[in-house]
Amino acid sequence: MRLSDTRRLISGNAPLSDFSRLLRRLHIDGPLLGGIILICGLGLFVLYSAVNSDTRLWVSQVIRLVVALIGMLVFAQMSPDFLRRWTPWGFLAGLVLLILVLTTGEVSQGARRWLDLGIRFQPSEIMKLAVPMMGAWYLHDRPIPPRFGQLLLVGLMIVVPTVLIARQPDLGTALLIAASGVIMLVLAGLSIRLMLALAVLSVPGALMLWNFMQEYQKQRVLTLLNPDSDPLGAGYNIIQSKIAIGSGGLFGKGWTNGSQAHLDYLPERDTDFIFAVMGEELGLLGLLALLSLYVFVIGRGLYIAIQAHDTYSRLLAGSISLTFFVYVFVNTAMVTGLVPVVGVPLPLVSFGGTSMVTLMAGFGILMSIHSHRKLLPH
Amino acid sequence: MDLLSSIKDHNSERRLFISRVILTSVVGFLLLSTVIARLVQLQVYDHEVFAAQSQGNRIRIEAVPPIRGLVFDRRGRVLAENLPAYQLELIPEQVSDIDDTLQRLAEFGLIKIEDIPQFKELSASGPRFNAVTLNFRLSDEEIANFAIQRPRFPGVDFQPRLVRNYPYGEAVAHAIGYVGALSKSDLKRLDPSAYAGTSHTGKTGVENSFESDLHGDVGYRHVVSNALGRMIPADSRELTGSIPDDETPAPGQNVYLSIDLDLQQVATTALDGRRGAVVAIDPWTGEILALVSAPTFDPNLFAVGMSTSQFAELQDNLDQPLFNRAVRGAYPPGSTIKPMLALAALESGATNLTRKTICRGYFMLPNTTHRYRDWKPEGHGEMDLHDALTQSCDVYFYEISGDIGIDRMHYYLDQFGLGHETGIDINGEHPGLVPSREWKRNNFREPTDKRWYNGETVIASIGQGYMLTTPLQLASAAAALATRGIRYEPHLVAAIENAVSGDRKLIAPLRLDDVRIDNDAHWDAVLNGMHDVMQSVRGTAWAVGGNAPYQMAGKSGTAQVFSVAQEDEYDEEDMALRLRDHALFISFAPFDNPRIAVAVIVENGSSGSRVAAPIARAIMDKYLGYGDDATQ
Repeated sequence: MRLSDTRRLISGNAPLSDFSRLLRRLHIDGPLLGGIILICGLGLFVLYSAVNSDTRLWVSQVIRLVVALIGMLVFAQMSPDFLRRWTPWGFLAGLVLLILVLTTGEVSQGARRWLDLGIRFQPSEIMKLAVPMMGAWYLHDRPIPPRFGQLLLVGLMIVVPTVLIARQPDLGTALLIAASGVIMLVLAGLSIRLMLALAVLSVPGALMLWNFMQEYQKQRVLTLLNPDSDPLGAGYNIIQSKIAIGSGGLFGKGWTNGSQAHLDYLPERDTDFIFAVMGEELGLLGLLALLSLYVFVIGRGLYIAIQAHDTYSRLLAGSISLTFFVYVFVNTAMVTGLVPVVGVPLPLVSFGGTSMVTLMAGFGILMSIHSHRKLLPH
Repeated sequence: MDLLSSIKDHNSERRLFISRVILTSVVGFLLLSTVIARLVQLQVYDHEVFAAQSQGNRIRIEAVPPIRGLVFDRRGRVLAENLPAYQLELIPEQVSDIDDTLQRLAEFGLIKIEDIPQFKELSASGPRFNAVTLNFRLSDEEIANFAIQRPRFPGVDFQPRLVRNYPYGEAVAHAIGYVGALSKSDLKRLDPSAYAGTSHTGKTGVENSFESDLHGDVGYRHVVSNALGRMIPADSRELTGSIPDDETPAPGQNVYLSIDLDLQQVATTALDGRRGAVVAIDPWTGEILALVSAPTFDPNLFAVGMSTSQFAELQDNLDQPLFNRAVRGAYPPGSTIKPMLALAALESGATNLTRKTICRGYFMLPNTTHRYRDWKPEGHGEMDLHDALTQSCDVYFYEISGDIGIDRMHYYLDQFGLGHETGIDINGEHPGLVPSREWKRNNFREPTDKRWYNGETVIASIGQGYMLTTPLQLASAAAALATRGIRYEPHLVAAIENAVSGDRKLIAPLRLDDVRIDNDAHWDAVLNGMHDVMQSVRGTAWAVGGNAPYQMAGKSGTAQVFSVAQEDEYDEEDMALRLRDHALFISFAPFDNPRIAVAVIVENGSSGSRVAAPIARAIMDKYLGYGDDATQ
């Protein structure tokens, strides 16, 4: 592939080359795929260092990535109409699985999150997509902005799975799912006044949530407010993470040279705190490069949303893109000590397979929406 | 439903959607800006702070313990040294089945079965990469056996270390003391940072009181370590760049004792397994030449570490081998007090050199019927002060006791150093007790008990009743008699040597207040009495002193362990062994030019002159150069 082809590929409006034609036939969006591949590549680069050059672990992550990309390809082939028709059933199945998990799920580290139905997975992952899809499904043939009663119904579709997941308990995922639903409502035209009212109402809501929280979750919030209060206990993660990032400086200590990461000072360095490893080893420039790639992918997703031709596609594409942003924001803000440690991985970079498959499925849906439009832009 | 409003207006919907995308993008942009601002703050503005913190994280300072100073006797013989030894260690994280491994080690005889639960507990506590010591000192044979079996014991290995060794352990145990494993209470007393890396500390004796000299200064080594404190092998040190300089430890100072090992051994031999104590002092310096308490123990057991049963055996032994009788044992001085009381009587005019009394074997206070017995039931007959000293007549002292008075007794005995700590340079000294009216007033509760009774003065005149002295105090008092009142603080340490430079700092004798005796003739009379105890045929210890190749002066004593009831006959045969009188003896020699003062006590030894005096003689023979003839 020549350089000029690459440039055209990224612009998205290039005349069709053989390669572009192949991508189109596979319902793949070139720029989005390019951005994802670059993020994953950078992520694998950092992960190799974070797992202490453990090739076996690293290769297992590469395999997961390939599986997730195949999943993305599968979703890209399903037309938005097909997805929309199946949405209520998917949502219902997700709810059933969530209830199953609460009653029969495997207990690990004090929480029931996993279900073993031939393959072992977390039903909450299904909900990450099923909730925005359900919202979009419900609103797609109703006038936008929706009326109050309709809003309440969508609110219920968000609250029920959120509460079920919070009961596992998995507060991080529950908050992300609630966020994806709220984003859906905002995109659907939730009135500004109502948003402000909700913001005011969130204060007593937060107090109620506080009572609902487990002791360890409360501890996380308290530690965030004053991490130095417990430097060897709950504040340890945040302190060590800040030291890792801060000591990286502008250019970093160099790949695999992070002393915080490699001498075990930084906990969960290959999962939730991999952003800190990157900050220590690749410095501010490395982090900005990664954030730029994220912004590119999110921007492309929003572009797809705006280009979409029907309400369902628009809302779903917008919600998927912005939820992805929320993932990025929550993880980076958490690792830098801006928000409490809620256990959200850095999307496409952190070690682990489940969330990767869900993310890629979401990107597959974005590609499907973009490639199944009835009118082509040129 | 209103038909119009239910019709979807696609254009306005798209516009609304685009405006919402813009709105959320702005919010997202603001949020992302916050994160980036935070990154700039952490990585640019506060970079140096965090860089320093990350450096501090990975470089750990590890203490390197100093080598403990050596202890020598006055002739330069090593009494305490550090020997390399191999200890058996187990690293819990490298052992898959700790129970099985310990069991098999016990079968090999490398550890005791009874200690297995303790080792299991130790393995479970603390970081799993920290070694647990299973056996502090492996014998050569054990090392050889284990070396062959080592592949069968992954995670178990032997490691070299320095172990305190006392080559003449038992003979000097109570003077030197011993080191033992650092305990939590030790760390409260000591500076924990100065003892980082040190495993043992002085527990008793010179090892304890000269701890600060012997210990040395801890050194430091910088090691790269991970979050759990585990040291990282050398190859990953490349991570660190430059490592700060290490600081080598400064070895402890060497300590030279005034003790003479030969005298220690002679005294130990002469005590011949009996319970007792011997203290010998150079009267002109206060240097302690011998300090022996029997029975003794092997201090190496503490340095190496002993099993629970071994310790219980020492601790529960009825003869109390761990008890330092020489400085902590408080005994009634018995008749050994008489030379000092004679001086008090002469100085105070309670008697004079010519006064005579008739000893009928007992004494009664006016208007009472209580008989204060003499040790010689039939009595000594006519006695002057000189006779009363040489023959140790109790009645003579009973008779003059009222005229001296308890407070004057206290005044003079106090000057001889009795009733308070001598100031010896090891810890745990017993102050002894010399009673007085004031003491009785302050230490009893009932008004009738607070009074001082004349009868109490009577028995105080032969060193009984409330009076208590330690062998060390008696030796110090004997030295003061030898010097005619010039006194030095007794001490064990003669010099301290810098182990690196070899500079030796001598400990100067500390002169104390003289005993104030105004009339020299009184010294002559009392010292002549002590001389004739040994040299005159009628002297109580003539059998010991008469054949000595030099002139000894001495005074024997027997101290009652309990008081004999009035009408009972003293029957040594029927008395349980432990209720027999203690035998005491104080002495100095040569008479004209005293070079050594000795106090001896033999618990339940019955007779000071027959049992205690020969021990003093043996030590003096050795010290004055007649040793080989006398001890054989």
